[in-house]
Amino acid sequence: MSATSPAEAPERPAAPPPAGAPAWRRFVRFVTEANVAMVTLLAVVGGLFVGAILIVVTTPATLHAWGELGSHPGRTFSVTFQTLGNAYGALFVGSVISPSALGHAISSGQGWTGVFTPISETLVSATPLILAGTGVALGFSTGVFNIGGQGQLIAGALAATYVGFGVHAPIGIHLPLVILAGAAGGAVAGFIPGILKARTGAHEVIVTIMLNYIFLYLLEYLLTTQPLQKPNQSNSISRSISSTGQLPHLFGSGLRVNLGLIVALAVAAGASWFMRRSTLGFQFKVIGANPAAGRTAGMDARRATILVLMISGALVGMAGMSTLAGTDFFLSTGYGGNTGFNAITVALLGRNRPLGVVLGSLLFAALSTGGRYMQASTGVPIDLTSVIQAVIVFMVATPALVREIFRLREAGAGKILLFTKGWGG
Amino acid sequence: MKLELAGITKRFGALVANDHIDLTVEPGEIHCLLGENGAGKSTLMNVLFGLLHADEGEIRIDGEPVRFADPGDAVRRGIGMVHQHFMLVPVFSVAENVVLGFEPTRAAGFLDHRKARSDISRLSKEFGLEVDPDALVEHLPVGAQQRVEILKALIRDAKVLILDEPTAVLTPQEIEALFRIMRSLAAAGRSILFITHKLKEVLAVADRITVMRLGKVVGAADPSAIDEAELAAMMVGRSVELVVRKEPPKPGPVVLELRGVRIVDARGIAVVDGVDLEVRAGEILALAGVQGNGQTELAEAVCALRNPEAGTIRIDAIDLTRATPKAALRAGVANVPEDRQVDGLVLGMSIADNLVLDLFDRTPFARHGARDLARVAADGETKLAEFDIRAPSAREAVGNLSGGNQQKVVVARELSRPVKVLVASQPTRGLDVGSIEYVHRRIIEERDRGAAVLLVSSELDEVLALGDRIAVMYRGRVVGTVAPSAGRDRIGLMMAGIEPPDLPPPDGDQPPVTNLDLI
Repeated sequence: MSATSPAEAPERPAAPPPAGAPAWRRFVRFVTEANVAMVTLLAVVGGLFVGAILIVVTTPATLHAWGELGSHPGRTFSVTFQTLGNAYGALFVGSVISPSALGHAISSGQGWTGVFTPISETLVSATPLILAGTGVALGFSTGVFNIGGQGQLIAGALAATYVGFGVHAPIGIHLPLVILAGAAGGAVAGFIPGILKARTGAHEVIVTIMLNYIFLYLLEYLLTTQPLQKPNQSNSISRSISSTGQLPHLFGSGLRVNLGLIVALAVAAGASWFMRRSTLGFQFKVIGANPAAGRTAGMDARRATILVLMISGALVGMAGMSTLAGTDFFLSTGYGGNTGFNAITVALLGRNRPLGVVLGSLLFAALSTGGRYMQASTGVPIDLTSVIQAVIVFMVATPALVREIFRLREAGAGKILLFTKGWGG
Repeated sequence: MKLELAGITKRFGALVANDHIDLTVEPGEIHCLLGENGAGKSTLMNVLFGLLHADEGEIRIDGEPVRFADPGDAVRRGIGMVHQHFMLVPVFSVAENVVLGFEPTRAAGFLDHRKARSDISRLSKEFGLEVDPDALVEHLPVGAQQRVEILKALIRDAKVLILDEPTAVLTPQEIEALFRIMRSLAAAGRSILFITHKLKEVLAVADRITVMRLGKVVGAADPSAIDEAELAAMMVGRSVELVVRKEPPKPGPVVLELRGVRIVDARGIAVVDGVDLEVRAGEILALAGVQGNGQTELAEAVCALRNPEAGTIRIDAIDLTRATPKAALRAGVANVPEDRQVDGLVLGMSIADNLVLDLFDRTPFARHGARDLARVAADGETKLAEFDIRAPSAREAVGNLSGGNQQKVVVARELSRPVKVLVASQPTRGLDVGSIEYVHRRIIEERDRGAAVLLVSSELDEVLALGDRIAVMYRGRVVGTVAPSAGRDRIGLMMAGIEPPDLPPPDGDQPPVTNLDLI
C-alpha cells in the first residue's frame, strides 16, 4: 500500500466555496486563508512591526517615554506614534513621493523633477534586482541553486565595460552590443558551474559560491591592468563606457530612470512566457521536478543543467550591465555590492515567478532608497531596513509561522508552495 | 495478550481512511487483515502502532483501554511491527541491529554484547529464526533480514506482531519458512496480525480473516470455510474475472536481442553478467526472479537508461548498446518503469503534460519551440477516455490520482508511440484488481499487435499468467528459460539459484493461473 494512494493522502482542506459563491464570500475566504498573496502581505506587515519595535527601543526619546508609561501613558503612546510616523513616513517620502513637494509643485508649477526623484531612484535600484532576481528564480524553479549572482553580475558588467569603451559604433548598434555583452559575460560565468555539474556532479551551490570570489578578485586584478584601468589613474577604477553604449534616460536628464527598466521588464515578461509556454522551459521544469522521469522520457538532463545555468547567468549578467550602462558608466572594486545576494532574496519573495520578482524588487528597492532618506531626515539608521527585509524573507520562507501568528486557515493544495525542496539537487 | 480495536475511525480531511473498524486478535492467533491497496490497512496499523492517532474509537489490551502517543508506547505495551521496508542499519551486525535503541548495558554504560548475543540465540532457537548474530546485515539475504526484523520485535517482548506485507520480497521457499516461523510464534501464545493482499497466503496460514474495503470492515471469514473466489469477491466488491485470457502466441522474427550483456553498478560490481536473451515479435518473455537479482538493471539497459559494460543490445538492426534513452525511444522501445512515481511521472504536473513527456517538443504538441497548450490539453482529454483514466479532467495533477490511474497514464503515454519492444517492469505493483486486469489486457493486446514484450515481475503468479516463455534470473545471470508449464515449484527453485537438471517433467496437471493469484 503506497503512502501516496488517495486513501491515505495527507490532510486535505475543505473544498473552497463554489465559483458561483458571492464575491464578498470568496474575498473573505481569500484574506483569511494562508495563500501566497496573504502570506507575503502579512510578512511585510510583520517586517514593519518588528522594525517598529526596534525603532522604539533604539530611539532615546521613545525609550524615555516608555519609562514613564506608569505616570504619563498618553505621552508614551503619542511619542511612540510620532516617532514611528516620522520614520515610516520618511521611508515612504524617500522612496515613492513627497506629498509636500507634490503640493508645492502643483501650486508653483515648478520642481516636478524633485517630485518624481524618489520614485525614479526606486525604479533605478529595482532594475538590476528584477534582472538578477528573474535569473536566479529561473534556476530555482528548475531545481538549480544558483548562488553565484555576484560573480555572474561582475562577469556581465566586465564584458559590457570592454564592449562599452572598446567598440565605436552608433548607439543603434553599440547599445545592443553592450546589452548582449552583459548577457554573454553572465552566461559564460554560468556555464562553468553548469558543465562542472553535468560532467562531474560538482554541486552548483559550492561552485557558484566559490566563483563569486574568483570573479570578485578577477575584477580587482583587471582594474589595475590595461586596457581596463582608467589611464593615468592610480585608483582601481575602469575607463568609462562611451555615451553610445549607455542606456538613455526615459524622462530627461534630471531623473536617472533609464531604458534598463524597460529591458528588465521585457526580460521578466519573456521569462514568464519561457517558463509557461516554451518547450525548453517545459523541459527545465520536468528536469527540475523529477530528473529521473525526464531522463526516462528521453530528455537530456545534463544539457538542461548547463543551459539553465547559462540562461540564469545571462540574466544576472544583464543586471550587472544595467547599472553599468544605466547609472555608473565605469567599474570599481566590489562592483555590484550585494545585488547578487539580494537577487536570491527577491526570487524567494516573488516565489520564483517573474511577476513576483518584479513586485519583490520594487519593495526591496523602495526600502533601501527610502531608508537612506529616513536616516538623513530622522536619524533612524538605514540598517533598520535590512532588518525589515530579513524579517519579511524569514516569514515568507516559513508560511506555517505566518499562518499561526495571524490565525489563517490552511490554503488549498498548490496555493502555497515552499520555496525550495532542499539542496540535494 | 488479547488485542481489541473498537470503532477506530481515522479521517484525512473529507476522506475517511478507517470507518469504525472493529477487530479482535486473540492470543496465539494468526489473524489476517486482507484488503486491496488503498483499503485502509496501513492506516489502521499505523493507528495501532502509535504513528497516527484515531479520531474516534479505542484500542484495548486485555480489556483495558490504552492510548499510544508514539510507537515507543506501543512497543512498551507489547506490540511489535515488521515494516514492509526494513528498518535496519546495513553496516551493523545482526546483534547490534536487534538491540538498537534498547541496548543492554553493563556498569558505566558499556554495551553488553554478550547478553545481546545470548538473548538473540535463545529467541532464535525458540522460534526457529535462524540467523548468525555476528553477521553484518548488509551481507544477509532478504529473508534473513526479515528474520532480524522479527527478532527486533521479539527481544522487546512483543506479544502481538504486526507483519506488513511480509512476503513481497521473498521467494516461494522463503515464504514457506516465514509461515513456519509464524506458526511457531502462534503456538507459543504470541499473536500475529498479518497484512496482505494475497489470497493464497491468507488461506495457507491464517486462523481468522478480516477483509477490509474502502476503509470499512466488509466481513470476516474462517479460512477452512471459504475459497479464493469468494474471498476475492469480498475484497473487491464484485466478482473478478478469474483467468487472464490469452491466445497462444504467434512468434515472429527476433526483435530484441541481448548478447553477453554485462552491467556494473556504481560500485563496479557486476549486477548483470553475461546475459543472452532473445524476444520475438508477438511473444511475451517474462523475466522472473526475486527482486534485486539484476532484472531492473537489465530492463533499464534495454531502454538505454544504462549502458552495459560489455555485450550488445540490438532492436532489429539498430544497435542500442551505447545509445541514449531518446534513441531507444525513437527506435520503438516503450517503457513502463518499475517505479512509476520516480521514473514514470512528474507528480506535480498535469495528466496532459505527463502524457506528452516524451513528445512535448514535437508536432503537433509544439512548433518553433513554443508548446501548443491547446493541443496538449485536447490530447489529454482524448487519452483520458481512450485509456479509461479516472480523473475529473486532464488538468488534474497526476499526483492526485490513485496508483492504478497513475499507471494508466504511463501506459497511455508509452503505447501512444509506435511500439516494437515493450518493456514492462512490475507493471501491476500496488494496483487494484480492475487496473491489474486492464494493464494485463493492454500488454497482451500489444503482443498480439506484434510487439516483442519483455515483462519483468517478481510476482511469480504474474509471470506464469502472462509469460509465453519465462527466463529466471539469479545474481545477475539467467538460470534458465522455461515454458510456463514448468510449474511453480521448479521456477521457485530456479529463483533461489538452483536449476535441478534431473527434475521430473511437469505432470501437465498444473492448476490454471488466475488473476486471483495476483491480487
